[in-house]
Amino acid sequence: MPMLDHLWIILALPLAGAAINGLLGKNWPKSAVNSVAIGSVSLAFLAVVETVREFLQLPANQVPWVRTYFPWMTAGIFKVNFALQVDQLTIVMLLTVTFVGTLIHIYSTGYMAHEGGYYRFFSYLNLFMFFMLTLVLAANIVVMFVGWEGVGLCSYLLVGFWFLKPSAINAGKKAFITTRIGDFGFTIGILLLFWTFHSVDFGTIFSQVSGMPSDTMTQAGVLTTICILLFIGAVGKSAQLPLYVWLPDAMEGPTPVSALIHAATMVTAGVYMVARMHPLFSRAPIAMLIVAIVGAATAFYSATIGLVQTDIKKVLAYSTVSQLGYMFLACGVGAYTAGIFHLMTHAFFKGLLFLCAGSVIHAMGGEQDMRKMGGLRKVIPVTFWTMFIATFAISGVPGFAGFFSKDEILEAAQSGPHANLPLWLLGLVAAGLTSFYMFRLIFLTFFGKQQFDEHKVHVHESPKNMTVPLMVLAFFAIFGGWFAAPKLVGGTNYFDAYLHPVFAAYEVQTSVGQEEAAARPAGEEGGASPAMDLVHALTGPPVIVGLIGILLAWWFYIRRPDLPKKLASSMYGLYTLVLHKYYVDEIYAAVIVRPLLWVSTNVLWHTVDEGLIDGTVNGSARLARETGGKLRELQSGNARSYASWVVVGAVGVTALLLGIWMKVH
Amino acid sequence: MNVVPISYYLVLSAILFGLGVVAFVFKRNIITIFMSIELMLNAVNLAFVAFARAHNQLDGLIFVFFVIVIAAAEAAVGLAIVITIAHNRRSLNVENVDLLKF
Repeated sequence: MPMLDHLWIILALPLAGAAINGLLGKNWPKSAVNSVAIGSVSLAFLAVVETVREFLQLPANQVPWVRTYFPWMTAGIFKVNFALQVDQLTIVMLLTVTFVGTLIHIYSTGYMAHEGGYYRFFSYLNLFMFFMLTLVLAANIVVMFVGWEGVGLCSYLLVGFWFLKPSAINAGKKAFITTRIGDFGFTIGILLLFWTFHSVDFGTIFSQVSGMPSDTMTQAGVLTTICILLFIGAVGKSAQLPLYVWLPDAMEGPTPVSALIHAATMVTAGVYMVARMHPLFSRAPIAMLIVAIVGAATAFYSATIGLVQTDIKKVLAYSTVSQLGYMFLACGVGAYTAGIFHLMTHAFFKGLLFLCAGSVIHAMGGEQDMRKMGGLRKVIPVTFWTMFIATFAISGVPGFAGFFSKDEILEAAQSGPHANLPLWLLGLVAAGLTSFYMFRLIFLTFFGKQQFDEHKVHVHESPKNMTVPLMVLAFFAIFGGWFAAPKLVGGTNYFDAYLHPVFAAYEVQTSVGQEEAAARPAGEEGGASPAMDLVHALTGPPVIVGLIGILLAWWFYIRRPDLPKKLASSMYGLYTLVLHKYYVDEIYAAVIVRPLLWVSTNVLWHTVDEGLIDGTVNGSARLARETGGKLRELQSGNARSYASWVVVGAVGVTALLLGIWMKVH
Repeated sequence: MNVVPISYYLVLSAILFGLGVVAFVFKRNIITIFMSIELMLNAVNLAFVAFARAHNQLDGLIFVFFVIVIAAAEAAVGLAIVITIAHNRRSLNVENVDLLKF
């Protein structure tokens, strides 16, 4: 098992790539930078493939496979090892991250070809891969936290990649600071975990948890507290209500970054973390409910904002927030596999959507406003067709990847063990909104009249190194969800079945029930005949709602292009409210940012810093100076005054001695 | 035989020393100041001699010789300085010699 013994190689490859490009790449030709960057990630991908091959041969009792490389921190009973682990969940994440990551690296060589700081971009991108893989491979929550913070750092660096643009710098800062609020909760959660279990290793924690009684809806114990704190971290990282505000702004970064970090991988870290910590969450029903509510609310809320955005990347950003909400909804109703499944398919189709958007922007020479596009279908056919496929996938059209995963989530919300009908309805409406705004995007961009001047904008299809990743991802946007397909005809959902051991191991059950659950393949349902299942799935509410959304978009933007304006003016108040994203940024600015700035400026800066700290330092300096100033006047240069001082001193010493002498005698 | 008690010498020595100090502090003429230094040195010498006599020891006398030698050396250097100051400033007032300050 060479690869399984040396899991660190998967991490070392992108890290080495980042170091080489970052330190040496400045004056290298682009081809050299390319080969280092793409070479390192694609080698990492191959290493992952080899890991998967070896992992498949592993007997079940050796899963999760944990490798400890060196003790990292030891302080009393607080011991942290640099340990990596592989289980089925890790495998899914590893494959997704390295595969999509490699494609986006290749795409970036085309997209960033004319940009300055080329080596810097790829160095950051590789560094991001390193941290993301650390996060995924971690065998304890502290190592996971390293990756967690590291991807945040890379996100900051890449959002603010064009560091001469004030909006980009601000967006980077916003991303960093907003996620820091969540990380505050996450950090306390880690401390509380250690406080409770005296360990930070997943294995140790989980085996202790499985012996603990569950919290109930009415009685919230330490597990609930831990889960809520950890979830606060996930809310920040995965851009959920109320901390989602940084993600749309993060679109200031280059589009491949949006695709890789702000759609496919980093923002899904929160979902991965919740899934990883499922033994705790499963025992904290209140926390689960909060996760589900936040997820469903976010899915619906940001979908409504996506309806009226005109910036092509902003639509996708709100769509990402919305889809992440779906994943949390899945976790919240206990359907972790569905959440991870959606995470994977989402990585394919949303990564693809962003890359296509990048290709469109590239073709339009930097234009991002959809109202100024139109009719691009014939001009950039590859981009059009791949984006069309991705849109079908995200809208949940049967047969495409998103259909399987989204269907599974909504099914779990409707009839799973933690079913919650209001949340299911919310998710269902959000599904309709999703297909509406996605097809709005497609129709505005690729159909209708050309809204730009052909002589001014030289529209051209992107080069091969951009279109090939698009086509590969499009393939997976269609077939990436087919692991679940047999279920439609009464068979096994292979994805569920594959992940089943991870989530079954610590299920809240008696020991007998546990074995039973492990023995039973997931997704197996008795009752209806296979054909009925198929018909049922293809005509289920999610599909119907999705089709309604598509038809409405067609009606509004192809058939009657004048309608949106009329509707907007007839519902002016609501329209402006949504157009301005419910004024959340403004409210945050008024309620949090400005008071904070005021306090910082007037209290912390002018009073504490300038008054207290500077005052103390300067005050002691002034005291010394003034004392010195007075004392130096003793040095008058007048010999007689010196003599007087000598006399005074002599008299003083004599008097002292006399005093002592008198006391003695 | 009648021996003058040591306290007489010491009191005289103290008076002489005190006069020297007062003169040193209050006089302005540099030569007078110089003389008051000599006065103080000799007041101390007197005390040394008196103690040496009273205790019948030679140490005090040896000290006195050292003091006389130093006083001589000091007089040589000091008077040279006085002459230079007088030469440069046309004045012997120490109030005017105060550049070495701050």
